[in-house]
Amino acid sequence: MNHMMEGTNRRDFLLRLLKGGLTITAACTLSYWLYDGIGPHPGEKQVAKVTLPDFSMPSLRGKMSIVSGLDRVKTINRGLEALGGIETFVKQGDRVLLKVNAAFATPPLLSATTNPQLVGEIARLCYKAGASEVIVTDNPINDPASCFSLTGIEEAAQLAGAKVLLPRQSYFQPTTVTNGVLIRNWPILWEPFQKINRVIGIAPVKDHHRSGASMTMKNWYGLLGGSRNVFHQDIHNIIKELAIMVKPTLVVLDGTTTMITNGPTGGSLGDLKKTGTMIVSTDQVAADAFGATLLGRKPTELPYLAKAEAAGVGTADYESLKPIRIDST
Amino acid sequence: MKIVTVRRISQIFFLLLLIWFCTVTTLGVEWWRLRGWPVNWLLQLDPLVAVATMLSTNSLYKGLLWALVTVTLTILLGRFFCSWVCPFGAIHHFVGYLAKRGKAVSAKIALNKYHPGQSIKYYLLIFLLTAAAGSLLSSLLRVVPEKPILFSIGVVICLTGFALLSLLRVVTDAKKALATLLFLLALWVGLGLLLPTSSLVAASLQTGLLDPIPLIHRSINLILIPLAERISPIQRYYSGSWFIAVIFLTAVLLNLKVPRFYCRFVCPLGALFGVLSAFSLWRIGVVETSSECSHCHLCDVDCEGACQPAEKIRISECVLCMNCLEGCPHNLVGYRTTISETGEVALPDLSRRGFLVSFLSGAVVIPVVRLGGLVGPNWKSSVIRPPGALAEPDFLSRCLKCGQCMRICPTNIIHPAGLESGLEGLWSPVLNFRIGTSGCQLNCTACSHICPTAAIRPISLEEKLGKGQFSQVGPIRLGTAFVDRGRCLPWAMDRPCIVCQENCPVSPKAIFTREYFSTVREGKFTLVKVAGQRLELADSTLEPGELATGDYFVMTTKNGRQRRWRILENTKNTITLADSIAPNEAPDLDSYLSVQVRLQQPYVDPKLCIGCGICEHECPVSGKRAIRVTAENESRSPGRSMLLPRGT
Repeated sequence: MNHMMEGTNRRDFLLRLLKGGLTITAACTLSYWLYDGIGPHPGEKQVAKVTLPDFSMPSLRGKMSIVSGLDRVKTINRGLEALGGIETFVKQGDRVLLKVNAAFATPPLLSATTNPQLVGEIARLCYKAGASEVIVTDNPINDPASCFSLTGIEEAAQLAGAKVLLPRQSYFQPTTVTNGVLIRNWPILWEPFQKINRVIGIAPVKDHHRSGASMTMKNWYGLLGGSRNVFHQDIHNIIKELAIMVKPTLVVLDGTTTMITNGPTGGSLGDLKKTGTMIVSTDQVAADAFGATLLGRKPTELPYLAKAEAAGVGTADYESLKPIRIDST
Repeated sequence: MKIVTVRRISQIFFLLLLIWFCTVTTLGVEWWRLRGWPVNWLLQLDPLVAVATMLSTNSLYKGLLWALVTVTLTILLGRFFCSWVCPFGAIHHFVGYLAKRGKAVSAKIALNKYHPGQSIKYYLLIFLLTAAAGSLLSSLLRVVPEKPILFSIGVVICLTGFALLSLLRVVTDAKKALATLLFLLALWVGLGLLLPTSSLVAASLQTGLLDPIPLIHRSINLILIPLAERISPIQRYYSGSWFIAVIFLTAVLLNLKVPRFYCRFVCPLGALFGVLSAFSLWRIGVVETSSECSHCHLCDVDCEGACQPAEKIRISECVLCMNCLEGCPHNLVGYRTTISETGEVALPDLSRRGFLVSFLSGAVVIPVVRLGGLVGPNWKSSVIRPPGALAEPDFLSRCLKCGQCMRICPTNIIHPAGLESGLEGLWSPVLNFRIGTSGCQLNCTACSHICPTAAIRPISLEEKLGKGQFSQVGPIRLGTAFVDRGRCLPWAMDRPCIVCQENCPVSPKAIFTREYFSTVREGKFTLVKVAGQRLELADSTLEPGELATGDYFVMTTKNGRQRRWRILENTKNTITLADSIAPNEAPDLDSYLSVQVRLQQPYVDPKLCIGCGICEHECPVSGKRAIRVTAENESRSPGRSMLLPRGT
């Protein structure tokens, strides 16, 4: 006992005092450092971090060609040639993004998605014109992997040497459309746009119960992330804002086969009609206005066309662009 | 190379093989996807799966024939599966080794002493197999009232056989034996007359709860891979998976207490091997009489099965880890065709009482559980089974709860059930359309082809979609979507929407809409001026642009005739219409006009709805969805049909 008292006395006491002091200091420092006198904020708001650049070419505004024929490879080539060839739009070393419509996991025969042959051909042409990279992307409605594989888009793109980017959570960044009311701090599929300087939208012509028709402008819906389905409450304005948000180099509207009924999913060959038309345009409003006629609708029946026109995106009066009409058959 | 080294290589190989199989169980075209990899192979090698499904279905589903290989090898070699193949065993082996490290030799020897509790696994096996044999037992009972002649012949044969055996003096205590025989016959008659019509007596496959192969598949598929996976672009979720994790971790951590706790005390597959290995040709044993044996018990130090090789070795407990061969300093332990010089206990240590208790409780448990009526009138419409799933009683007699379908599902909508499908249905696959990336994909039949026991029977795309030869039957329906009009935006809140209709994948769409013009709240305005397309209002209460969505209309009344005009734009007190109003149609000034919103209200056509759940997944009312699928009208249960039959 005595021995222990002696042994632990001063030296041990000082050592313990030092350890205790250090622990108390550490606790005090930590408390001071982490001290929060206000309490938490009511939740962080997403702040717009990115803005899509303008991918259009000012010198090529208002160009449009309408090619009739059933062979997509032929019609797209003729359509592009009429506007000066793919080389007009894609230059040596360009990095091209193809925004396809891969919304549903259905086979290409049902025309609910962008035709894979068309994607492959455009990707091939881009590379031919000297593109250094071609990326194909979409944020589909059905399961993304199933969509890209079942629609044949993945295979066609890869065969042409293009890279397919499936959406991932980390690929989305919030954006705000200038003067936009709906797209404010809203996540969009941003990652595929990195280092891209050309954007080509490729969409089929489809019936759409809510908006009237789904074509090249509605196709940009597939860039939205988050709980985007709420936008259906104001479908025409969201399509308008999407058209403001994306200024593509070119849009290709595939009216080879048109989904006349049961859109935008279709599901049966009976929903389709051969309309044998390929539209290539630098004006997405004009392309869609013409596309409406393939559905047997007047452009005035689609309010989003007038809205986009009023916002300066393009013109719904496609005839004013004097489209070059070609019969490829 | 030492034999234990070979064993370790084998264990690592099969564990890696399992992880590889679980990893590649995804759809896609890359080589590391499901491209013909035999991902069910380990489940098919598992004889408990084969035996239990044979009892519960009176059939052996194709791939399960592999179990014959395991059974044959076990009869030849003993419980080799436990120490050489079983990946769960390998995990226990390794964790047990870590836990034992640093302990004194005597402590290790004490840990590996045989414990009478090791019999528990045999009782569990009997319990589970009896539950699986429910319909077999039921048909045995039904013989009494339905085939009395057959039954009488059976009784006569029994009694004659008994008489013969007594005469030949095979049966020694004839009186007692006769009493037992008569009691059993009376029990048979009694139960046969009482129970035969009861649908409660049925087969229920519950071996998968504890069978290590389904258990490890389930744990890897639903816990480990979703936690670690980087190849999947989207985080996969599994509802209620914490419980599976708790079972897995408990089983693994019990090794800290006793090495291979699960294998020794719980594992019903191990028990089955224990029974089979009683007749094995090769076995572990002491090679020479014990003159040289110093009873050092070094052979017990790393004995995985706690079978006590130096004493009367318990063959049914021996997992062939071969550690005793290495452990004996005098090389007295061998693996050969003759039995141990020190004698052996070939059969598991089972009491008649224990056997009866587990048999009877196994026979009774399913009827008791089914009293809840979940397989009958009290079925839960929230339980939606994958496409191709059999009718509930047949489904429960086959489902292993292995989680293969949940892993393969590309949309991550197949989830392990909690108790919603009853105690029996724990961890069986149910669909959840909130979790996941979509509903059940129209052109996908992956789950039906991966199911190792055909609880989800393999279906062709033609059959799923009701095309070709199946066009008469129509597509496979998982249930029916119901619109909740109290939550649906166009029904309850004057908001246009119809995302559900848009995404309905069948043609023609099962969701259709009816147009309805609803006068908006405080939507009556006094008209001041009409100028072509422009209407001027008395009040300045409008928010500029609020009616400019293309969905708003003005309704005017002129001489009793009503007309609607689409609104293009609005300011605080003016409304611009899409068309001009002709002077003869212009409403009177100072009259009221109503602002209406055009709504497309969704309806479901039950004749077309397949219950794929895409509408539910896409519904923007993101909490409790405004359109939800429940199992009514599902194809697999004709009794749950909602519609009038319209046959030809």
